[in-house]
Amino acid sequence: MPVYLDHAATTPLSPEALAALTRELARTGNPSSLHGSGRRARRAVEDAREALAAAAGAHPSEVIFTSGGTESDNLAVKGLYWARAGEKPERRRILCSAVEHHAVMDTVEWLERHEGADVTWLPVDSDGAVDLAVLEAELARDPDSIALVTVMWANNEVGTIQPIHRVVELAHAAGVPVHSDAVQAFGSLPVDFKASGLDAMSISGHKIGGPVGVGALLLGRSVKLTPVQHGGGQERDVRSGTLDTASIAAFAAAAENAAVHLGTESARIAALRDRLIDGVRDRVPEAVLRGAPRNGRLPGNAHFTFPGCEGDSLLFLLDLAGVESSTGSACTAGVPRPSHVLLAMGLDEETARGAQRFTLGHSSKDADVDALLAALPDAYARARQAGMAGHESSIQTAGTVARQGLGGR
Amino acid sequence: MSGGVDSAVAAARAVEAGHDVVGVHLALSRMPGTLRTGSRGCCTIEDSRDAWRACDVLGIPYYVWDFSERFKEDVVQDFIDEYAAGRTPNPCMRCNERIKFAALLEKAIALGFDAVCTGHYAKVIEDADGNRELHRAADWAKDQSYVLGVLTHEQLKHSMFPLADTPSKAEVRAEAERRGLSVANKPDSHDICFIPDGDTAGWLAEKIDMATGDIVDETGAKVGEHPGANAFTVGQRRGLKLGTPAADGKPRFVLEIRPKENKVVVGPEALLAIDEIRGIKVSWAGLPIAEVDTGEEFDCYAQVRAHGDPVPATARMERGESDGAAQLVVTLTNPLRGVAPGQTVVLYQGSRVLGQATIDAARSLQRAAL
Repeated sequence: MPVYLDHAATTPLSPEALAALTRELARTGNPSSLHGSGRRARRAVEDAREALAAAAGAHPSEVIFTSGGTESDNLAVKGLYWARAGEKPERRRILCSAVEHHAVMDTVEWLERHEGADVTWLPVDSDGAVDLAVLEAELARDPDSIALVTVMWANNEVGTIQPIHRVVELAHAAGVPVHSDAVQAFGSLPVDFKASGLDAMSISGHKIGGPVGVGALLLGRSVKLTPVQHGGGQERDVRSGTLDTASIAAFAAAAENAAVHLGTESARIAALRDRLIDGVRDRVPEAVLRGAPRNGRLPGNAHFTFPGCEGDSLLFLLDLAGVESSTGSACTAGVPRPSHVLLAMGLDEETARGAQRFTLGHSSKDADVDALLAALPDAYARARQAGMAGHESSIQTAGTVARQGLGGR
Repeated sequence: MSGGVDSAVAAARAVEAGHDVVGVHLALSRMPGTLRTGSRGCCTIEDSRDAWRACDVLGIPYYVWDFSERFKEDVVQDFIDEYAAGRTPNPCMRCNERIKFAALLEKAIALGFDAVCTGHYAKVIEDADGNRELHRAADWAKDQSYVLGVLTHEQLKHSMFPLADTPSKAEVRAEAERRGLSVANKPDSHDICFIPDGDTAGWLAEKIDMATGDIVDETGAKVGEHPGANAFTVGQRRGLKLGTPAADGKPRFVLEIRPKENKVVVGPEALLAIDEIRGIKVSWAGLPIAEVDTGEEFDCYAQVRAHGDPVPATARMERGESDGAAQLVVTLTNPLRGVAPGQTVVLYQGSRVLGQATIDAARSLQRAAL
């Protein structure tokens, strides 16, 4: 069994979620149907809605089930933008942090290109935390022209927790609604939708031990949102489509489970993370921890840049040694690009290319950290050697032969 | 792995032979097109997915390595520079020389691999002392040893060509089908990978400054004007738009391009026949044969393009008079057409690739006698 240190990508299904999923998959019934089978399915969905709402500090009617975090982000950002601009055409500004997940960032860029949005990317400090002074200044500049503010709760790459309560305070003082992508935070940190004051918040099933393909948008009851997907009018007419009873039940079971164990699990995982961070620094002193220090980051996230090597070389060598990690950033057609998050934090491209993310979850144990620490020094040494390769070739080629006059006689 | 059938089957055979195999797709551009349209472009998303899928089926890891900077510098820019200097380069050869069997190989060795394995149709033979020779593939019609002729002994030591003994391409496709590889019937790529629409002249016109200049005949007399010398290739007949007809009324061909003077030289077909080639940037595929060091003349076959026929020749090594650099002098037994500076001449003895040189000068005895 490989050592899995990529829980931020997806984490194993919890036994509770698996039980709920298989129980519901074996049953028939569309929750929108009025007959007995439909009523039974509806009951399962509504039970799940209440359980999820309780786990997230929301009212059940504030839960909009979706296909996952990406859909929730699209729905929130496009829906809020269209609704707000529809009320007042001059509301075109979007204030968005520079370290958002692609699901938010690319949605905002799309609105800029196709829907006339005027985007301000809020800068972050070297830890990756959003600059509140810039937010405040932007909010003060003609607040009525702002459609929405969107800032993630915690960063998926470097794990930095954003000052989301302050963001909401400042934005609400200016009368502007706020969306937050809480996909990484929910299930790892105490996340209370009502207490946060957020207008919309995205969460996902498979990051907390639920299945892939289900998520939710928590949406304040008075918040107006233009739907992205039209059809049968399910989910407050905001998100049409037959409800996926089995996935929803499993998502709620995972959320309930995560909420019950949050206190003990986050402390346990944070202690593991700190051991991992200390161990990496001890074995590879050149490694630089990225993101906020201890309490300022997700309990399961450790992110480093390793000088002089490519992140994907290190990933490959660790994979070969049976340790599964991530470079932390998405890629296009598999072409590794330096992370926009690290660049926004002020790193240069070369440094950003050496990124490696290790993320822990509910199944992580001491032995996983030990395995990483045992494999890392060799992998780093080798990746570093490979990182130097390919600039000036040491392999003898026809070109070097000609330059050295070794072509014979 | 390009995403084509040859590299997929080569990988499958390497896996089957018991090697630890990892699939690597080269990202040669940071802006891959969305989907292939018509002709194959380099590293399109679809090609990357096809390679990935083949690795899934074979149960091996798959990585994309970004060599776009090196590729741009060492292959694409070289291609442009060569054309701008009036020569006709072979970018696939440059890529083999500098990217696949150099930059990529070096990274692979650093990561702990022993060899680069590709779907090229060519064969590596090892003698009793462990010295390696490069040979043509069993299927001479598919043989690609020409574009590998640039590999040095060190590069050959880290090369594997599992398709070497395959009787035909059809066999490879059938094997891919049997192995459940989805690329079994994927069309072959023919074009230069970084010019996806195949319009080399149009692509070059955007990269190279063109200026009108004179077209002169073999005696130096002006016979017309051209829109830019680099738009022409040696041997070209069409599109010259000559105002002054030849004395004998016969068609004229491009004999030479002189980029410094921005002149195109034309003349009768007979003057296209080349008798002697001088090559620079000489390299030997494996250990050089004895005559290379003694300077003696040796019999061989010369091939000047990837799909050209090998022709009988004699060759010898010389030191250049001006710079003292090693030069390869190839005397063709029968005059050969279609030889242009910048092309690579690869020398063979039987199926064995001896080595190669970049053609610096192509001499016509008949023209020299004028």
